[in-house]
Amino acid sequence: MRPGLAHDILVLSADHLFLVAVSASAAVAIGVPLGIWSARHPRPRKWTLGFASVMQTVPSLALFGFLIPVPWIGGIGKRTAIVALILYALLPILRNTVAGILGVDAAVRESAVAMGMTEGQILWQVELPLAARTIMAGIRVAVVVTVGSATIAAAIGGGGLGEFIFRGIATVDTTQILAGAIPAAVMALLVDGGLGWVEKRLARS
Amino acid sequence: MDRFVSEANRSSAGSGPAVSFRDVSFARAGRAVLDCVNLEVMPGETLVLLGRSGSGKTTALKMVNGLLFPDSGAVIVDGKPTTEWDPIQLRRRIGYVIQETGLFPHFTVSRNVGLGPALAKWLPDRIEKRTREMLQSVGLDADHVGQRYPAQLSGGQRQRVGVARALASDPSLLLFDEPFGALDPITRHELQDEFLRLRRVFGKTSLFVTHDVREAMRLGTRIALLSGGRLDVVAAPAEFPRSASPEAQAFVACLREEGA
Repeated sequence: MRPGLAHDILVLSADHLFLVAVSASAAVAIGVPLGIWSARHPRPRKWTLGFASVMQTVPSLALFGFLIPVPWIGGIGKRTAIVALILYALLPILRNTVAGILGVDAAVRESAVAMGMTEGQILWQVELPLAARTIMAGIRVAVVVTVGSATIAAAIGGGGLGEFIFRGIATVDTTQILAGAIPAAVMALLVDGGLGWVEKRLARS
Repeated sequence: MDRFVSEANRSSAGSGPAVSFRDVSFARAGRAVLDCVNLEVMPGETLVLLGRSGSGKTTALKMVNGLLFPDSGAVIVDGKPTTEWDPIQLRRRIGYVIQETGLFPHFTVSRNVGLGPALAKWLPDRIEKRTREMLQSVGLDADHVGQRYPAQLSGGQRQRVGVARALASDPSLLLFDEPFGALDPITRHELQDEFLRLRRVFGKTSLFVTHDVREAMRLGTRIALLSGGRLDVVAAPAEFPRSASPEAQAFVACLREEGA
């Protein structure tokens, strides 16, 4: 193990975490409202869910590649990587939000309407609290997947722990590969555990 | 046939009918659910809408608080057609009790009961006091059940909470959609007694949907029989069995067979 490796691991882990945090937050900020909207509008729903599904089925390396020539969001670097990660994380969040909102008992929703609650009150006081656990489960899957796929960001100059992995593959250096893979795996486990705890808390309340 | 049609044309809120259906028709998927229904609910009475499944009784009920609107005709509540009411204001004036599933599973019993007052922006102290009173009036102890969740109660208790919730914001009119349908016969009988007692105490105008002719006979001050979306008979419980209508006779027959 060469000197300074520990320092590099720390720096690239922080970089990796940054990629994950930014893209996961953006995916939540887009996915949850879009999911609520899709739950209310059955016709466009199949298009929004279809779009998210297609994004998910594109192999992640290819998705990063496809975005490079796209104007504004494309090019080499972090911005492109983040856009790709957002698109990749969207499906579980969107799908679970739709499922959570549509899963609210019709009788509960009807009695909320009949009590004279406004649409906003029904959303915030009834639908979102009852859907919270399902939505949180989707967010958890999305974030864990993002930790993994963010390693591919290095392929288009996005940084993160993937730099170790790609460098290790190019130089046939197992130590380098592990220096990227192990912290990424630990990060995924920690995030999974942490969000799993939040999910359980939501279930109890 | 309906003898109460166009009995009066008064439209003022005070002395006139609490609710009137005027030539109300409603169709879904090409099928007439309600066909030219005329009916008036007078203040203080309990009008039972009796009918088989699919007779249109629940549809009629949902038109009173603007969950549904007529395709033609009008439903007039407190002198104003439902289409002219602000739906939120209309619904807050009307209590609504459905089968137990209508309670919010993530709210405690107290919060469920206090929902109407909270929506009307009462002060917290007053909401708490009112919640206690209402739970007490349906035979539940706020200290005992107030902090529980609906899933932790029995079916009969949940239904009592549903009634307390509907009464909490002191509505002028109560709508019941087969509220006791899912209960065992003994609990159902107890809750019917409770309903009669509460009517003596509060004297609220009520519209009560059921397919149970016994329940209709016990609770109704008048029974309106719906058949295939048409109003077949309107009669007081004592007169109902003497009606010549075949549908009414079919209901009376099951009353006899059950050995009433």
